[in-house]
Formats: sequence, C-alpha cells, structure tokens
Amino acid sequence: MNIIRYIIQKEFRQIFRNKAMLPIIFVMPLIQLIILSNAATFEVKNIKFGYIDNDKTSFSRELIEKFNASTYFNVLTDYPTAKMASSAMLNGNVDVVLEIPPYFERNLLKDKKTDLSLTINAIDGAAAGVENVYASQIVQQFNKKAQIDFRLQGVAIDQQQLIETIPLFWYNETLNYKTFMVPGILVLLVTMITLFLSGMNVVREKEIGTLEQINVTPIKKYHFIIGKLFPFLVLGLVLLTVGLIIAKLLFNIPIIGSITLMYGYTIIYILVILGIGLFISNYTETQQQAMFIAWFFMVIFILMSGLFTPIESMPKWAQILTEFNPIKYFVQVMRMVMLKGAGFTDIIPQLLKTLLYAIVMNGLAVWSYKKVS
Amino acid sequence: MKKENAIYVENLTKMFGDFTAVNNISFEVGKGEVFGFLGANGAGKTTAMKMLIGILKPTSGHAQVASFDVASQADEVKKSIGYMSQRFSLYNDLTIKENITFFGGIYGLKKSVIKEKTQELIDELGLKDEANKLVKSLPLGWKQKVAFSVSLLHNPRIIFLDEPTGGVDPITRRQFWEMIYREAHKGKTIFVTTHYMDEAEYCDRVSIMVEGKIEALDTPKNLKTQYKVDSMNQVFLKLARNIE
Repeated sequence: MNIIRYIIQKEFRQIFRNKAMLPIIFVMPLIQLIILSNAATFEVKNIKFGYIDNDKTSFSRELIEKFNASTYFNVLTDYPTAKMASSAMLNGNVDVVLEIPPYFERNLLKDKKTDLSLTINAIDGAAAGVENVYASQIVQQFNKKAQIDFRLQGVAIDQQQLIETIPLFWYNETLNYKTFMVPGILVLLVTMITLFLSGMNVVREKEIGTLEQINVTPIKKYHFIIGKLFPFLVLGLVLLTVGLIIAKLLFNIPIIGSITLMYGYTIIYILVILGIGLFISNYTETQQQAMFIAWFFMVIFILMSGLFTPIESMPKWAQILTEFNPIKYFVQVMRMVMLKGAGFTDIIPQLLKTLLYAIVMNGLAVWSYKKVS
Repeated sequence: MKKENAIYVENLTKMFGDFTAVNNISFEVGKGEVFGFLGANGAGKTTAMKMLIGILKPTSGHAQVASFDVASQADEVKKSIGYMSQRFSLYNDLTIKENITFFGGIYGLKKSVIKEKTQELIDELGLKDEANKLVKSLPLGWKQKVAFSVSLLHNPRIIFLDEPTGGVDPITRRQFWEMIYREAHKGKTIFVTTHYMDEAEYCDRVSIMVEGKIEALDTPKNLKTQYKVDSMNQVFLKLARNIE
C-alpha cells in the first residue's frame, strides 16, 4: 500500500511541475466547453432564402412577406429567372428557392388551388428536411389565411378538417440546444484528457528509460498500474467538477439528479478510459504512436456515441458496435441524471456494462504491462 | 548449487528471431568481486545483463543471481540487486531528494529509513545545496553519481552497472571508481560493463564478449600475459581483430 502511495506522490509531483501541461489539462478543456457548447448546434437558422416571383400580385407578395417575417429565413434575393436562381444555388448563395408560378393569384381565386415550387439545397439532408418543414408551415399558414379571406368574401370552399398537434417538450421545455449539448461535451472533455494523459504516460517513461529502472525493482505490477491510474482519476474528477460549475453558472443547465450518483458513475467510467489508455501505452514504443492510436479510438468513440447523431438511426451493425463504446454510456447517464433526474435503478444497465468494461480493460492493462520482455 | 557465488551463469543464450545475441555463455562471479564485462558495441553485453537483472527472458540455459534463478525468481533477484543503466535512469523533473524518496519508497523502505538514507547520501556526495534542485539541472557526472547512490538505497548485495561512466569527464570517472571500490570493500559484488580499457584494469577479473560469445575471461594481468601485450586496450583490439 505504501509503495502505491510513493508512486502517486511522484506522479502528482510530475504533473504539477510540468508548466506546459498544466494549462493544457485544465484551461484548454474549459475553453473548449465554452466555445463548443455555444457553437455546436443543430438548429437550422438563418436559412438563405430566394424567390422567383412570376406573378407579382398582392397574393404573391403576401406569401413572400410571410417568409420574410419568419425568424428562420433570411430573405435575400428576388431572382428574375429560374436559371439565375439555380446558378446562385450552385454557388452556395442561396439554400431555398421558392418559385411562384404566373397567374398564382388568378388560379387561386378561380380554381381555389395552385402549385408552388420549392427547391432546397439538400447536401445536408437533415438540414434540408428541417427547411422543408419550416417552408411548409409558412405555406400552410398562408393557406389558412387565404381560406378565411375567401370565406369572408362568401366564396364556398371545401371545409378542410384540421387536426392540430400541440407538442409538450419534456426535460428541456424551451428546447434549449445547450441543455442537450453541454453534458455531452463535458463527457468528451473528461474522456479526452484522461485518455491522452494515461495513454502517453507509461510510454513516456519507456522513452526516457526510467521504466527500465522501475522494472528492475521488485515492485508488483498492480502496484504500478494503480499508482499510475489514481492521479489521473483525480484529475478527471476535478475536471468534471469545474465543468459542472461552468455548466450551471454559465449555461444554467439544470442538474436535477443526484450529484453523488453522477460522481460514482464517473469514477467507474474514468477507470475504463484509463485502462484503455494504459493498455495503449503498454503496446506502443513512442508517445507519437500512442497519440495516434488514442486518436483513432477517440474519433470512433465520439462519432458513435450518440452525442451528435442519434444511435437509433445508425445501421444495425453500427448499433451493435456502439455497445462497446464507453462514451455512449457516459453520455446517456449524464443526460439521464442531469436532465431527467434519473436515479440509481434507472442507470443500472449502463452502470453494469461500464463496470464490466472497467474490470476487463484494467485487467488487460495489468496483464499487458510486462516487467520481463 | 555451486560454492558461494554471487552470479552463476550456465549456457545462457538469447535469440531474437534468427539472430543470436548471446550465444551459450557460462561464467561465475565470486562474492565481493569487481567483474568487468567488456565487449564492442553490439557484442551482446547489454542483452546478457538484462537477462541477469530479470527484465529479459533467456531463450535457453540458466543463470542464478544471489542464489535466485533469474527466470523463475525474478522478483527475489530484483530485491537483491541494484542497477544503473547507461541511459540516465533518474527522473529529470524531480529533485534529487524526490528521486531518492521515490526509489526508496518503491523498494519498500520505511519512511524513517528513507529520511536517514537521504541525509547520508547528500552528505556523502556533498550535494547539500543541490538536494532540492531538479535533477535535470545537474551536470552529467553528478547525475551518474546520484544514480549510482540511488541504486544502493535498498542495500543490494550485487550491483549491476551498464556503462556507468559513458560521457563523463576523467576526474568524475576516477571519483566514480572510488565509489565502486568503496562498495566492493563493503563486500558488495560489482558487475560492470564499460568501453574504457583503463577502467578494465581496475577490475578483479574481466570477460571480453565478441559476437555473443565470451572469448576471454581472466584477471587483467593474466590476459595481458596470455596475449603478450602490455595493456588491456591491446588485448581488446587483438581479440576483436582475430574475429574479423
């Protein structure tokens, strides 16, 4: 036990002595948290909107005015011809083009129906879908108003039965994107710092040559691994704490669930990440190699974590792969506990899987650390 | 077991794939002896030494260090030996005192013993003013002296030194050898590799390794007589040239 204490003492001394690393460990992640939480949003806003008005009547102008009034659309240009509109879209100057046909008003008054053409830049399919919904809503509103106008003018039209849905948004009533993103980004930062630091740690001693000196001592393998893990576990928890304070003070993210539960889970989670880091460290010869491998896993873990894209919409095989992604569980738990106030029994599945993962990875880390080559 | 030997090596071999780094070597080192382990670069000295200190598994043959088998009782071997490698083996970003505390600690020394040893070591090396300075700020010769002293912290019976004086100035080298002799007088066995042939003259016995094999093993005096030359340097050159 004493031996472990000496290793921990030495690791902490080295961490706090490294004037270049200390700011990287603490300041960089927090800057990232602040910047990313504000920037990483999927809300579709400021859509570049253009139109071709072949009708030029009060009706067509009224429709365009409705787009203008919407907060989602920035009405940019009135294109004289469809050709000009399509070349503007090619250049990326416009995202959505509405084409109002000639005789729009006349047909509407005479036949009670007419067509509109909406062209959407769908390179980003998800955004295009959202833009379509926004545009349809505006046209719908216009439609409704036209119906009322007609009725007032005594024109008989088919009464359309309308079913209106009034959504109720649970857990994040104001649909604040930051409420969704901040817990996730916090997870990423804790993961990145602990993975990179632990991944480079043992291999660094290999490079300097001190590992050989350690291997010549009668120190037990588990002493060494525990002594190496513990300081980074503490660092990870400190980082989480600072992150949570920022989340609360700066972004006003609700923390509904139990803080103890959150920390308890985080400890197990960080052990998984540190186990992975030490495992990488044991199998590499230089810090550069360790860094590349750590990045490889990091990118896969992040993109398949459900943080940016829902796991439910991934193909089946990818969904199975995400079962092995520790970040997925941490993101789930953080969102559940922080935003929904989930209790211990709610997170048991994630907890058990993470615990199993931690045991396996640290077992591998101890096993793969060879004092004798 | 043979008679009281500090190191006993029999048919020790290490292969890396097809390459035989250490080829069937056998020798013994007596207690309290200063044993010089010589050889050109790449002759297999470091590989052989790594097997003796229990961080490299022999391909075949066996070796006993302090009466423990290096393959099956590596941890017992490690408790009985001190080791200082050619690569500087202290932590540059820790102070001298912190290095002593750390290495004393992982050898399982008590806190009071560490404190006592630290004081002793600093007095002995005359490093009172440097004790709280980072190791990286010390000149190489001092670092090596500190590293040597640190390898003695747990009072090992046998000390392995892998090119301890590489790159060190002649005065410091001389002081370093005085330290080695002091330990030998206390009854410790010294196993040292070196490229300096004048240092070889200081050893009780030397072995010269050429291409994985021990080509000569005797006292420096006998070797010189045997090869009809008057310095170890010439013995070394003769042996290395014969092989070519």
